[in-house]
Amino acid sequence: MKLLYFAWLRTKIGIAEEVLEPPGGVTDVAGLVEWLKSRGPRFADALGNDKLVRVAVNQTYVDGRHPVKPGDEVALFPPVTGG
Amino acid sequence: MIRVQREDFDIGRELEALTRGKTGVGGVACFLGLVRDMAGDKAVGAMTLEHYPGMTERELARIEEEANRRWPLAASLIVHRYGRLERGERIVLVATASAHREAAFQACEFLVDYLKTKAPFWKQEETPDGPRWVDAESRDDEAATRWTTD
Repeated sequence: MKLLYFAWLRTKIGIAEEVLEPPGGVTDVAGLVEWLKSRGPRFADALGNDKLVRVAVNQTYVDGRHPVKPGDEVALFPPVTGG
Repeated sequence: MIRVQREDFDIGRELEALTRGKTGVGGVACFLGLVRDMAGDKAVGAMTLEHYPGMTERELARIEEEANRRWPLAASLIVHRYGRLERGERIVLVATASAHREAAFQACEFLVDYLKTKAPFWKQEETPDGPRWVDAESRDDEAATRWTTD
């Protein structure tokens, strides 16, 4: 699974992307975010407020119930501010 | 048509290209977004726009398709820049062409409202206190919800 982080989520976590396989119990977006938070204080801080975390799986917006599987591209980022 | 690019664009050339050969077009509406010198009470020298290559293009294309479904447009264009932009520089151009002005005006506003809440871009401003990520504005979400039909 490829994980991408953008904007202040990227600067708080300290990396822009990584490739990893979460434990088998992680089957959906909400579970993935919970597991990421447990990986250390940087992740816990960046992902602490659910309201400020948007998730896209394979470049499409999804909610917490959306499934995640090996090979997915999962992006986590704050609310967008373009235009 | 959508384009995501680092380089500046020429508005006159873009609008001319949009309608060239389309003699049924009676009106073009456009929105040009610029880098402002102030964010609240803070002076802004420049900003850097980050985006999500791939998803940005997909979201913009999706929004453009939706506008074309809702209004009878002869042509539409979204050009959005990324990278470091100085105060006063152009950020985004949205243009819509139609036989009549109502469709062009409404579709243009729709495209701007939606790209502000959906297209994965993030602004980081350079202020006297250092770099600062711009917060999303709830009024942008409210502006986008007025187009919700279901």
